[in-house]
Amino acid sequence: MSLFKYESELREPLVKGSKSYHQITEDLVAPIEVKPGKLWYIGFFIALCLLLFGVISVYTEVVYGIGQWNLNKTVGWGWDITNFVWWVGIGHAGTLISAILLLFRQGWRTGVNRAAEAMTIFAVMCAGQFPIFHMGRVWDGFFVMPYPNTRGPLWPNFDSPLLWDVFAISTYFTVSVLFWYTGLLPDFATVRDRAKTKLRKLLYGIASFGWTGSTKHWQRHEALSLVLAGLATPLVLSVHTIVSFDFATSVIPGWHTTIFPPYFVAGAVFSGFAMVNSLLLIVRKMMNLQQYITIGHIEAMNKVIVLTGSIVGVAYLSELFIAWYSGNRYEAYAFFYSRADLFSPLGWSYWGMIAFNVLSPQIFWFRKMRRNLFVTFFMSIIVNIGMWFERFVIIVTSIYRDYVPSAWTVYYHPTIWEMGFYIGTFGLFFTCFFLFSKYFPVIAIAEIKSIAKTSGDNHKWAVAPVEAKEPEVFAHEYAH
Amino acid sequence: MAKKKFVVASFDEEANLFPAVEKTRKAGYKIHDVYTPFPMHGLDQVMGLRETSLHTAGFIYGILGTCTALGCMSWIFVSDWPQIYDGKPHFALPAFIPITFELTVLFAAVGMVYTFCWLCQLAPFVKKHIFHPRQTDDIFVLAVECTPQTDVAELERFFDDKGTVGVEIQEAEAGWWWGRFDKEQQIINENAVEVL
Repeated sequence: MSLFKYESELREPLVKGSKSYHQITEDLVAPIEVKPGKLWYIGFFIALCLLLFGVISVYTEVVYGIGQWNLNKTVGWGWDITNFVWWVGIGHAGTLISAILLLFRQGWRTGVNRAAEAMTIFAVMCAGQFPIFHMGRVWDGFFVMPYPNTRGPLWPNFDSPLLWDVFAISTYFTVSVLFWYTGLLPDFATVRDRAKTKLRKLLYGIASFGWTGSTKHWQRHEALSLVLAGLATPLVLSVHTIVSFDFATSVIPGWHTTIFPPYFVAGAVFSGFAMVNSLLLIVRKMMNLQQYITIGHIEAMNKVIVLTGSIVGVAYLSELFIAWYSGNRYEAYAFFYSRADLFSPLGWSYWGMIAFNVLSPQIFWFRKMRRNLFVTFFMSIIVNIGMWFERFVIIVTSIYRDYVPSAWTVYYHPTIWEMGFYIGTFGLFFTCFFLFSKYFPVIAIAEIKSIAKTSGDNHKWAVAPVEAKEPEVFAHEYAH
Repeated sequence: MAKKKFVVASFDEEANLFPAVEKTRKAGYKIHDVYTPFPMHGLDQVMGLRETSLHTAGFIYGILGTCTALGCMSWIFVSDWPQIYDGKPHFALPAFIPITFELTVLFAAVGMVYTFCWLCQLAPFVKKHIFHPRQTDDIFVLAVECTPQTDVAELERFFDDKGTVGVEIQEAEAGWWWGRFDKEQQIINENAVEVL
């Protein structure tokens, strides 16, 4: 008994249905081994169509330039950068779940980390498209890399937050992929060893890198995961901090704000968890994983949502307060006329943001609501719309009424091609996600097994008589 | 590497595995390896494996990243192509921090993963002998290597009361080789060790 870490029966089981190790394997590998259902094909086809529309939109932009997006001198950053920040924000939950919650020893991460990490990687891929194509001359995009060249050598500007972004996002992407893939190795080996077809044995054999489950390898694997988690924790905080520097280091009223880094990071976690909720609610239903992604998992994520949503709310209020308290007329104009005035041209986006991000998540103070799947799904969509509004508010409302009224671009609206680009990234995201859900173990099999004996509900029953013991006896038996 | 002879004991309960590994080690048998479907905490101590130094490697890679980033940016901005951006000094340390941090993390992470793969001989098309088809599913496998001194029959009897779900003798390649998992391949450079 002392082999396993003791966990109180009062904690909700994380794996339901009294699973044995073999049943866990059967359940979690099943989606890979059977043909996907009709819904999967329909979803995949729709995603591909959206992706195709995105490709056409990007093609138009590359050929005709970013004027195709209705960007102009005043509104130089519009939907594109809004979408970039939005996707990067969504890409924060995965690494937060896998890294920070690993360091905090949160058992519930094991049910959701694999899918959340995949979501992170795909979201960062989508995010990356926007700044790349916003460059205009995308064929010169490699100029951002610092390498000795024949142009001087002309080096990139290391003092610029835009270049920091290049490093932050590419590092984040690389580290997330490495973290994800090293975690996948043992699970690929599981799929490989029970594969019935030759093709599956070949492909998963290659993907598993010849993993055998040797104790020494596991020991190194654990050490690697822990250090990668330690590295990824400041990394995940740094990425959105640096994205916020894109704005905060400028001198535009509305952007020039020291509160941005924590405010952006909280917002990123907020939207990331909302997206994880939307996806997992679909995945657990589509693949019958209700016993692994339990209501308890969903509730835990809703708690994070209400926490980060409230942090974001405090940030909005502080911004307004400082705009008034600083006595700076330009700051006050940006906040009170361009944003918070409901009847200003883009005032709807500010109040949409407040309603969706700050007010509506407060519903999660109620346990019943946190555990209600319909409310959760609805709220996850609402939060993501709200977070899109937030980035739109920050970017566009700060710049569309310039210092000189003659330069105002009051009714900025995107063209079909700019919207198409955004829709196209949804296509990319869901195409990747559908492929992932078909060919990859969506839940970390080995990790679920490692908590099955402490957090499975069969163990919880076994623990009940232990709980009833006298404290002295208990302490004696469980002392390490 | 060479083909070797192993006595392979499989378990389905980790509660039986731990004492069995401990007793095998105490009895003086040479444990080739223990294969588990998920990380078993404390098994490395029971087997007498030393703590991994992967952390140290990660630290060194990280420092390397820090130095690379700071060194390159300073050289470029101070000596190779000095320019004034935003009225900042050439050596604008605060502005160099973000990239320095990112490269530290990048070098440490990439370096550690490569080192991990190198140490564990993990790569695409690497193949190793799988002692039990369910060792990545729910079976814990203890593979004991038979040396010329080993009495195989006695070793098999040794596992009688250890709560195994099966004991068998296998001759297999001990190391790794390039291969595909859909084909039966074995590398044999020498004959199997003759056991008397």
